[in-house]
Amino acid sequence: MPNKKTSVPFTGTAEQEAKLKAVIEAQKGQVGATMPVMQAAQEIYGYLPEEVQIMIAEGLDIPLTEVYGIASFYSQFTMNPKGKINIAVCMGTACYVRGAGDILDDISQKVCCKSGEITDDGKISVEATRCIGACGLAPVLTINDDVYGKLNRGEIEPVIDRYIEEEAKGKA
Amino acid sequence: MNTVKVKINGMEIECASNATVLEAAKIAGIEIPTLCYLKEINAIGACRICMVEVKGARTLVTACVYPVTDGMEVFTNTPKVREARRMTLELILSNHRKDCLTCVRNLNCELQKLAIDFGVDGLRFADDNLQAAVESSSVCLTRDNSKCVLCRRCTAVCKQNQDVAVIGPNNRGFATHIGSPFERDLGEMACVGCGQCIVSCPTGALTERDDTATVYEALADETKHVVAIVAPAVRIALGECFGMPIGTNVEGKMVAALRRLGFNEVFDVLVGADITVMEEGAELIGRLQSGENLPIITSCSPGWVSYCEQYYPEFLPNLSTCKSPQQMTGALLKVYYAKKIGVDPKNLVVVSVMPCTAKKEEIRRDHQQAVPGVNDVDVVITTRELGRMISNAGLLFQSLPDEDFDPAFGISTGAGYIFGTSGGVMEAALRTVVEKVTGKPLEKVEFHELRGTQGIKEAEYVLDGTTVKVAVVSGLKNTAALLERVKAGEQFHAIEVMGCPGGCVTGGGQPIQSGFTTNFNDLRAMRGSALHKGAVETRPVQKSHESPLVLEIYKDVIGEPGGENAHHWLHTEYKQRPKYPGFVSEK
Repeated sequence: MPNKKTSVPFTGTAEQEAKLKAVIEAQKGQVGATMPVMQAAQEIYGYLPEEVQIMIAEGLDIPLTEVYGIASFYSQFTMNPKGKINIAVCMGTACYVRGAGDILDDISQKVCCKSGEITDDGKISVEATRCIGACGLAPVLTINDDVYGKLNRGEIEPVIDRYIEEEAKGKA
Repeated sequence: MNTVKVKINGMEIECASNATVLEAAKIAGIEIPTLCYLKEINAIGACRICMVEVKGARTLVTACVYPVTDGMEVFTNTPKVREARRMTLELILSNHRKDCLTCVRNLNCELQKLAIDFGVDGLRFADDNLQAAVESSSVCLTRDNSKCVLCRRCTAVCKQNQDVAVIGPNNRGFATHIGSPFERDLGEMACVGCGQCIVSCPTGALTERDDTATVYEALADETKHVVAIVAPAVRIALGECFGMPIGTNVEGKMVAALRRLGFNEVFDVLVGADITVMEEGAELIGRLQSGENLPIITSCSPGWVSYCEQYYPEFLPNLSTCKSPQQMTGALLKVYYAKKIGVDPKNLVVVSVMPCTAKKEEIRRDHQQAVPGVNDVDVVITTRELGRMISNAGLLFQSLPDEDFDPAFGISTGAGYIFGTSGGVMEAALRTVVEKVTGKPLEKVEFHELRGTQGIKEAEYVLDGTTVKVAVVSGLKNTAALLERVKAGEQFHAIEVMGCPGGCVTGGGQPIQSGFTTNFNDLRAMRGSALHKGAVETRPVQKSHESPLVLEIYKDVIGEPGGENAHHWLHTEYKQRPKYPGFVSEK
């Protein structure tokens, strides 16, 4: 299930909070303010954790239930941050019929993280996307900004390993 | 009023121009079935059960929200309508866990009634794999989403009547379900436990937490002395569990039934209410003199107290420090009556019968017990649970004789009687306060301006030359509106708050009337007036401070209202609680 609560600690900054507060201040009292504020919040933080949703609810003086209801309704809202390595598997029709489902399952199993979630260390996130417009490369996926197409099962795992290695090096 | 002429099934009727098709049909004597519709609370046309045909309309329309126009022709019973409604119902049923035989709402379920009315005689789309999804983290209520039909009546009531909104629709499409933010359990949320969601639920998805097992256990234990104490609003609603008309006063039969269930004694919370009047009256007079912590706000309603602690903590100093009548009755039974009859307070089990689910939480509150280490009240069951116990015992309720409460804690006044309806606590208190302050007897005891079903009622009285401004409010949304006015600087001296709209008579533990009934009848008025009637007709004394029993109890044990004993036994404290308990960013 997408949109499950994350276990990665919240690392919002005072600067981000000030930005969100400014947006709320500008929108408060207007009809239909909730969605634009939530969109802005997602732009500021990259996702909508409970800390941010509570800020929105308190700021707009609406129930948290309403904010969460909207956040869980629309697939464009995410309650999980993106990992340093974000794997997005295209689930468009062309990719799906060429086995994207299996590839997604393989990846989830490999990195221990379901679609729409992030690993506990915050390093890798996996998501299933709608058609990314590269049907000629089906099945296709992206890792951060790199595109990998015409995949067969088993081909992507070494690539992921490389990203993990590089990420570890980059940190060291 | 502007009216229009509408033809319903060929019959011409006249109705208000702003009426819905549903209301117009009612005038024509036709009940269009509804499921999600609750008048003024949930008019969203979501369930599609109320479909009708309108001449000239492209598709079927939802009667609950479709406005009438002059000359409109409506057909409520065509093959097309019947087919569409039935299909909708079958689809709803396909995703409803149908354990009707063992469901607490069996024979009192709106979905079941629709299935009977529509003649659904088979299930084309049955899902046999539905598993129970019971969420029982709250001490007040439990939810089973496998029986939920997503009508959203509960979430509408929670938000619009009660301003709490701890539940809402989560997710989308087939995954849609009623839940709390971040799928937290209700017990982790700032739910006030009022139970209004339960009485608005058309199915068995929401129910009170059943505590009857604890009661049966106590009744079967020979070492225990088990007494029942009964709230005012129970007696005018319990009859509904047995098919009696709304507002029937069954006080005598209720007492008889409790005795036959095996309770050693049956006592009246009205006595606690009378004592509450004495304590709260003394407190009000004290605060009027000192000018501190005004307005004083009543604290009888645990749903409201819980709301205040979690949503309006700035008003905690204003709350009356009095325990509720239930807790006062329990406290006095443990500290005074137990000694009087020579029973160890530990072996005196006080079972409270309440119109309220929040009372189940109230007895678990962290407060000073009258007898240290012993709860003031041991178990709370709702009117509905008592109804079930009576059925269980095979008692023919309607043929029971009328019996009186046991006198030790059973003699009460008309002032205590009206505690169960909005305005009653204030009226009862004023009867005593006015006489105490002016020293003159009241010419008439009725305060009509405080009665009625309006959400906010206000009045001014001149007491000994000073003007006292009071307000009576019921429903937490109305309460919030009034508190905002107070915050903005409006002056009140005393405010009565009841958490549920209409007061205890329409509490979350009362017998459930269907949406069909509540959309066209005002339960608050029907049950509330039954209390006022019962007070006058059955109680010779109408003022708490003239109750012989109250005077005796004060003389024997308590001493002075607001005195040292009263302080220990009958008063309590409040503390701020988080609005988002358990959430990481709670600061």
